[in-house]
Amino acid sequence: MASLRDIKGRIDSTKKTRKITSAMEMVSASKMSKAEQNAKNYVPYSKKIQEVVADIAGSSTDVTHPMLEKREVKKTGYLIITTDRGLVGAYNSNILRKLQQTINERHSSTDQYTIIAVGRNGYEYCKKRNLPVAKSIIGVADQPEFSDIKDLAKETVQLYADEEIDELHIIYNHYVSAISQKVTSTQLLPIENMQDEASESEYEYEPDEKQILEVLLPLYAESLIYGALLDGKASEHAASMTAMRSATDNAGELIDDLTLTYNRARQAAITQEITEISGGVAALE
Amino acid sequence: MKTLTVSVVTPDGPVLEDTFDMVSCKAESGELGILPGHIPLVAPLTISAVRLKRENQVEQLAVNGGFMEVQPDKVTILAQSAEKPADIDVQRAQEAKKRAERRLQSKQDDIDFLRAELALKRAMNRLNVGN
Repeated sequence: MASLRDIKGRIDSTKKTRKITSAMEMVSASKMSKAEQNAKNYVPYSKKIQEVVADIAGSSTDVTHPMLEKREVKKTGYLIITTDRGLVGAYNSNILRKLQQTINERHSSTDQYTIIAVGRNGYEYCKKRNLPVAKSIIGVADQPEFSDIKDLAKETVQLYADEEIDELHIIYNHYVSAISQKVTSTQLLPIENMQDEASESEYEYEPDEKQILEVLLPLYAESLIYGALLDGKASEHAASMTAMRSATDNAGELIDDLTLTYNRARQAAITQEITEISGGVAALE
Repeated sequence: MKTLTVSVVTPDGPVLEDTFDMVSCKAESGELGILPGHIPLVAPLTISAVRLKRENQVEQLAVNGGFMEVQPDKVTILAQSAEKPADIDVQRAQEAKKRAERRLQSKQDDIDFLRAELALKRAMNRLNVGN
């Protein structure tokens, strides 16, 4: 049996760990509410841009754009959104599992796909397994601004425009609520299923629809990437919060167990001492 | 008198929402002035200043590309970034301007001229509005 001092030491260290994890839980909670707010701020922009794109795509039959057209898929791009840090529970492993699963199902060789990695975890996973990484970004802020990922989004969309990739999928954790995040995989490009939300007005286009689409569609695709990143960030903080909470709970349980063991050992030591003393007294008589 | 509700929206959140008498801005095809009652219109914008007029006051906004959507009583400007004069970091814009100019003058092949030019335009626009 461990000595009293050993048990005491473990109780103390577990208590300290619990203090840290509960502090981290609170930090994540406040970051999460901020990230949620950011995601909300972004909604009006995405809504409006979607409305106009849907209106143009829906109204005119003769307007085409490479981003709206399906072409033969020779190479697929996967944009994965992972975290830089650990301590976020199953956040990264869920994403990477989904990525691996998709690749295994759809591709037989590494020429058929490429990966755009956001976050250190995703990047290192791909490097370790020799998966092709076209672009990556590490060190995205906790509360990202559009300018932080503008370059990556632009270059990714450019890959599609240059026909280096013929499809772009994005895999990220969708923020459902503080305790639930769902791995989501959606096709970003070519843009499909633009449901025309029956906007009230027919627009005039200045100078014409085609040129507008040329400006608008890349903006739209970039904004979708940014939206997914914001969503992923909110999920990241939520996942980290949940992970830290369960760590705190576990530490509490461990401390209870250890305290029980400690008290038992203490009692056993006292009993033994008494037996020894009374044994000694008996021997003297 | 009729007025226009103008909202300027960026991915980082709304920048401005207010009523004005007139909006004038520079679209890709030229200067555009929007008065209340305009027909619905969509036009891409250049990197330029948007002027918002209310009675005798004129407010300016530095807009970095994007496009505008016009309804008879409402103008929505969607841009990747938009700044009020008070929010512009003049010093940073000056540095960006110098950097872009140096790049453009250096005449090396490996420099992305288009990008440097756009950066220069953005910086000049910010400085114009900021001062």
